[in-house]
Amino acid sequence: MPVGAQSLIQASYFVAAALFILGLKRMSSPVTARGGIISAGVGMLVATLITFLWPDMHNYLLMTVAIAIGGIIAWVSGKRVAMTDMPQMIALYNGMGGGAAGAIAAVELFAGEAHGVAQLVLGVLGGVIGAVSFAGSLIAFGKLQGIIKRSFRFRGQNYVNLVILVATALVGAIVVVHGGENLPGHVTALFVLALVLGLTMTLPIGGADMPVVISLYNALTGLAVAFEGFVLDNAAMIIAGTVVGSAGTLLTQLMAKAMNRSLANVLFSGFGDTAAAGGGELKGSMKPIETADVAVMLGFSQKVIVVPGYGMAVAQAQHKVWELCQALIARGVAVKFAIHPVAGRMPGHMNVLLAEAGVPYDLIYDADEINSEFETADVALIIGANDVVNPVARTDKSSPIYGMPILNADKAKNVIVIKRGQGAGFSGIENALFYLDNTRMLYGDGQAKAAELVQAVKAL
Amino acid sequence: MIDGFIALYIFMLAAFTGYEVISRVPVILHTPLMSGSNFVHGIVLVGAMVAMGRAHTPLEIGIAFVGVVLAAGNAVGGYVVTERMLEMFKSSKAQPKAKH
Repeated sequence: MPVGAQSLIQASYFVAAALFILGLKRMSSPVTARGGIISAGVGMLVATLITFLWPDMHNYLLMTVAIAIGGIIAWVSGKRVAMTDMPQMIALYNGMGGGAAGAIAAVELFAGEAHGVAQLVLGVLGGVIGAVSFAGSLIAFGKLQGIIKRSFRFRGQNYVNLVILVATALVGAIVVVHGGENLPGHVTALFVLALVLGLTMTLPIGGADMPVVISLYNALTGLAVAFEGFVLDNAAMIIAGTVVGSAGTLLTQLMAKAMNRSLANVLFSGFGDTAAAGGGELKGSMKPIETADVAVMLGFSQKVIVVPGYGMAVAQAQHKVWELCQALIARGVAVKFAIHPVAGRMPGHMNVLLAEAGVPYDLIYDADEINSEFETADVALIIGANDVVNPVARTDKSSPIYGMPILNADKAKNVIVIKRGQGAGFSGIENALFYLDNTRMLYGDGQAKAAELVQAVKAL
Repeated sequence: MIDGFIALYIFMLAAFTGYEVISRVPVILHTPLMSGSNFVHGIVLVGAMVAMGRAHTPLEIGIAFVGVVLAAGNAVGGYVVTERMLEMFKSSKAQPKAKH
């Protein structure tokens, strides 16, 4: 093995690993985030190109073709995807990574390239985790994309999953003891079982819980990549995979906490899109208001807090809402955006959607930062948000959302809700906020109403 | 060759690094950061390339080919969507030109 090439390869992996960690670090602040992804990208590019110098390799042509196919498809789809569909796209790319880790394990096991117990165990483990992540991520993609419309649940599904898990472990142990190259049938069975496990684990989970699941599979793919790195003696894979594994685990916990769900709850209970309406009857009535009156109220306020929800993004109203806010800011009104962690499809998703409309990130506040400010706000403007401003979460123990942290929009002097109709929200729970004395309902399409408000405010 | 305990040390230090790097991230960046970490494990591409480079039978080559396609998709797709999201984050202080 030529020493020069080997040193160059190792040096490039060292640089790549350093750039990945630096990139992730810089991605955790909005000021440096873009530089972070670019530096990580440089690391990836260098490592990939230098890998072509790896000694004694074959199949260069096919390899290049494969990179071109995967790369071009991902490039085009990534450039085209709408910001609202970002969560499922992340799931899809993550699943591809898991599948790649599984494929590496399969090749190494079939070829008998994994030597010693440690490499065999890690190879099998990484392959199984990768395959589970692959199948599970595809299901997550299908659910969020609306291809899979219902959740498949049946009695004892947790036991079925346990049986499949035990069977996978048994087959895996046999492969480790005898070596994969001697038992190709068992290796095949191992991967089939792992893929089935990924399917049966993910199918019962409801759409609302998918962000947590996607994040978990992201961490798992990282782990699978790290394990295959051990098999291939590849330090860059070990470091990058492990860093993602632990960072992803932390991110999963943060998301689950923001959504008021424990990870065990998400994985084993199968709630998440079927929260039955509960709680007592609500007193009072919803009081409608006209656009012109809202414009006057907003235009002569000192402080307005906007609470956007996923409904706003679905109505593509974020551009008009920002235009409205700019008109208000021009009149000297202080405008802030209050974002609940689950305002979009996953924590942070709403921030991306607002950023797309041009809203600067320093006008955007999360729940902890802004909740004390609602009391001093003249108007809380709710657009497409529902459960995250429902005061029932604070008061009614029988409600399915009891205990979920909410935005205290009900504390504002006036509350304006822009809403399509009188129906209940995503979870089917009646919203007590809509019945409060200081709440007025502006019925209509979010984008159309925002556009009317822009005109009315400018005409003041 | 990365031996047993050296590998274990790398594993431990990298795990702590990942945890520390993320621990103070604001909620507004959760989605792009998840996407960014998704891109980082796209390094599986180099592994898939090496596995393909030493594959011999048609079965091994076929699986490895699929692996490289998937890995390239992970790396390129992860980069493109993360960059697209982060490119949009702007401060109100540095916003001279209005989009649209």
